[in-house]
Amino acid sequence: MSAIKKIIGPRVPENMTAEDKKLFNVPTILFGVAAILLVISIFLPYWEMELQAPQYPKGLHITAYANRLTGDVAEIDGLNHYIGMSPLDEAAQFEKSVSVLAIAALSLLILAAIFVHTKWVVLLVLPTILMPLMFLADLQFWLWKFGTNLDPTAPLSSAIKPFVPSVLGSGLIAQFKTIAMPGLGLYLAIIASIVSVVGLYFHRKAYKPLVESGQ
Amino acid sequence: MKLQKNRMSRSVTTGIVIILLIVVISIMASCNDNGGATGSESTTADTAGVSNDAMAIAEARGLTPDDIAAALKTYTPSGVHDEYIMFASGGHGGQVYVIGMPSMRIIKQIAVFTPEPWQGYGYGAEGTMEVLAGGNVGESDLTWGDTHHPALSETDGDYDGQFLFINDKANGRVAVIDLKDFETKQLVKNPIALGDHGGTFVVPDTEWVIEGGQYGAPLGWEYASLDDYNEAYRGMITFWKFDREAGRIDTDASFAIELPPYWQDLCDAGKLASDGWVFCNSFNTERATGGVEDGNPPFEAGASQNDMDFLHVIDKNKAIEVAAAGKTMDVQGFPVISLQTAIDEGLLYFVPEPKSPHGVDVTPDGKFLTISGKLDPHVSIYSFQKIQDAIAAGSFEYDDYGVPIIAFDDAVEAQVEVGLGPLHTQYDDKGYAYTSLFLEPAVARWTLGGDFSDLHEEEDWTLVTKTPVQYNVGHIAAAEGDTVSPDGRFLVSMNKWAIDRFANVGPLLPQNFQLLDIGEGGANMPVLYDLPIPDGEPHYAQIIKADKLSPWEVYPEVGWNPHTNSVDPNVVQLGEERVERNGNEVEIWMTAVRSHFTPEHVEIKQGDHVIWHITNVERAYDATHGFSIPYYNINLSIEPGEATTFEFDATEDGVFSYYCTEFCSALHLEMTGYMLIEPSE
Repeated sequence: MSAIKKIIGPRVPENMTAEDKKLFNVPTILFGVAAILLVISIFLPYWEMELQAPQYPKGLHITAYANRLTGDVAEIDGLNHYIGMSPLDEAAQFEKSVSVLAIAALSLLILAAIFVHTKWVVLLVLPTILMPLMFLADLQFWLWKFGTNLDPTAPLSSAIKPFVPSVLGSGLIAQFKTIAMPGLGLYLAIIASIVSVVGLYFHRKAYKPLVESGQ
Repeated sequence: MKLQKNRMSRSVTTGIVIILLIVVISIMASCNDNGGATGSESTTADTAGVSNDAMAIAEARGLTPDDIAAALKTYTPSGVHDEYIMFASGGHGGQVYVIGMPSMRIIKQIAVFTPEPWQGYGYGAEGTMEVLAGGNVGESDLTWGDTHHPALSETDGDYDGQFLFINDKANGRVAVIDLKDFETKQLVKNPIALGDHGGTFVVPDTEWVIEGGQYGAPLGWEYASLDDYNEAYRGMITFWKFDREAGRIDTDASFAIELPPYWQDLCDAGKLASDGWVFCNSFNTERATGGVEDGNPPFEAGASQNDMDFLHVIDKNKAIEVAAAGKTMDVQGFPVISLQTAIDEGLLYFVPEPKSPHGVDVTPDGKFLTISGKLDPHVSIYSFQKIQDAIAAGSFEYDDYGVPIIAFDDAVEAQVEVGLGPLHTQYDDKGYAYTSLFLEPAVARWTLGGDFSDLHEEEDWTLVTKTPVQYNVGHIAAAEGDTVSPDGRFLVSMNKWAIDRFANVGPLLPQNFQLLDIGEGGANMPVLYDLPIPDGEPHYAQIIKADKLSPWEVYPEVGWNPHTNSVDPNVVQLGEERVERNGNEVEIWMTAVRSHFTPEHVEIKQGDHVIWHITNVERAYDATHGFSIPYYNINLSIEPGEATTFEFDATEDGVFSYYCTEFCSALHLEMTGYMLIEPSE
């Protein structure tokens, strides 16, 4: 009992002025906002890549959601077979299968953070803070894996050497210029991350004196 | 202890903030990269070797200021699309041309009545073979047509860009082209007449497609001696019911009207004020039967004796009712309203028209009809209201068959002397009409009266100007010039035989389409451009605003059958390719995708019957694959998403390389496979 109390820390005293209560409401609101942004981001694209070449006046587009790829995937797979790259849908299958649940879990953790008033709150908020970076790192890992594991028997294997597409920014593969950029979902996740950091700051400001006075 | 804790949490917070800053900065940097890339291209004006000064170029090429103006009005830079699209008949080439205007660039040829290999039309693909077979006459497999008059589908009397119809004069057939994929979907053979001419014309909402006849003959392709011409020979007009939903003519809901054996020529459907009525003119009301070899006057003289022929005025709505009521006779299983029934039910009236007319064209408001007798220098304008009044008044004369004739003076509104050999008339948005003058040859601009009076400055019903054309103009087509709202921008004069307009390419001359600028009123109507057409006499064309067309870029789903407008039951998805043998029948399910067919080996035994399905599983705009097999005369065009089937009997053994006939990718040459036919013994 006391262990749990130690972790969740003291409750906000009832006998406070409205002015003082505001201080405690700030982290609550910020963590709530972060949780909502994360849930919304599930329905929005996280990452987009455009491929530009003279033969494709409208370009080719792939859009990565947390759990699926959409856009000109078939056409890009068709082109990739010339250089021996595996079909894009084979990438990050585990991540795609758990992503929705994982993001939902992050939201629940950060909602839980509202009720934890000690330093342990950092553990609940940290996943949300790191999530955008982890997403990009994972994506870069798959880009590396796909770009460097080309089928040596593919028609153009001698013309195109293994390469690592950049997770953000532009690159060049044969006649294709590639432009990779974050999607709206990732921006929301980044905002959630920043909001969480700010939330931690206000959390500390509000609860630290309370924790210290309690001890 | 406390102090330490604070320091720790502070440093954690700081660290996180730094990480986030890095992320944000790197994202912003990547966004800036994009912006930089799109704005980086620049162009420099440099006309290699020639002075930059456009006037110097013009001088070097001997261009006059008028030439320069014409060039500026027509030149369309690379990648810029035309404002109008013209659908022009390819004459006895049996096809339709798609031409951009004002650039006058030929964009496509649509295969209609004649097999065409590029489009894989008539070289094995089942859907196209069935379309062509639909146009066969009895046991005769026809491989050409004499395309005459294209008609775009209309909604409320205006082109809607959905369908195109065209007739084959030689064999009396009508084609339906779907403008979703610019492919011919249906040919229908007229069951009562071997030939036609007055088609195709649509009524304002395209419920009916009109096909008028031409040379009189016994109905139903029967035999009768020319001695019995008056009794046994007949003219006709056919009303094809168009099912817009299905995109096909419904032959079972169609009917025809028997007409006297005058040679019906061109028709037009009424619109707005005259909606519900159809007008056809005719010649050879003399009923000459020729026989110059027996000392009779030749047709050209015999058919030109009367000063007046007969404009046919047909109550279409009443005719539909009469046909629906079953008051028809059966000719080759097709319902035909007899001439007597047409007279008794008040479906048919005649108005005399100056001799040997060739065009009847309803004005945009539907209130007037312009008739040109090609042997009379006038255009005669009839008032629809006057015709209605005369019908109501009921004082008629009658022809030999008992058809009521309205007096010429009771129907005519005005006559305008336009010049020699007037043929066809189109309209603009400025109250002018344009008539082709075959003999001069020229295009005449003249003024309309009635409600059009306020649109122009000149006096009503007068000739304004003429522009000579090169040479022998037949039809003319103005931008949307036969609809309820003509655009009045451009007009194309369709001239037969170019004579000296282009380099001599031997005794058979190309045709010449001349673009005229009719955008300004008054006397100015210059020729802008000559486009040679390397095909049969073009006859008519229609010109639609390009933004009314919305064709598919690729077929809507993988496995689309363009002839059933649905996914084909024999669609082959990637991974589902297979070859199955059932006795002597071999069935192949194949996919095509850049740059291979699957399977690449097909083994057959001599004597097998082969059924071969191919699906192009591509979804890219330009990923069409061809498929050809030597010896067996198989050649297909399989557009992205399309599923197709062909069959043949493996009569000859050997090794046959099939390959993709389109340059589909860098590895196009490798897109091939072997069909091995093992000898039977």
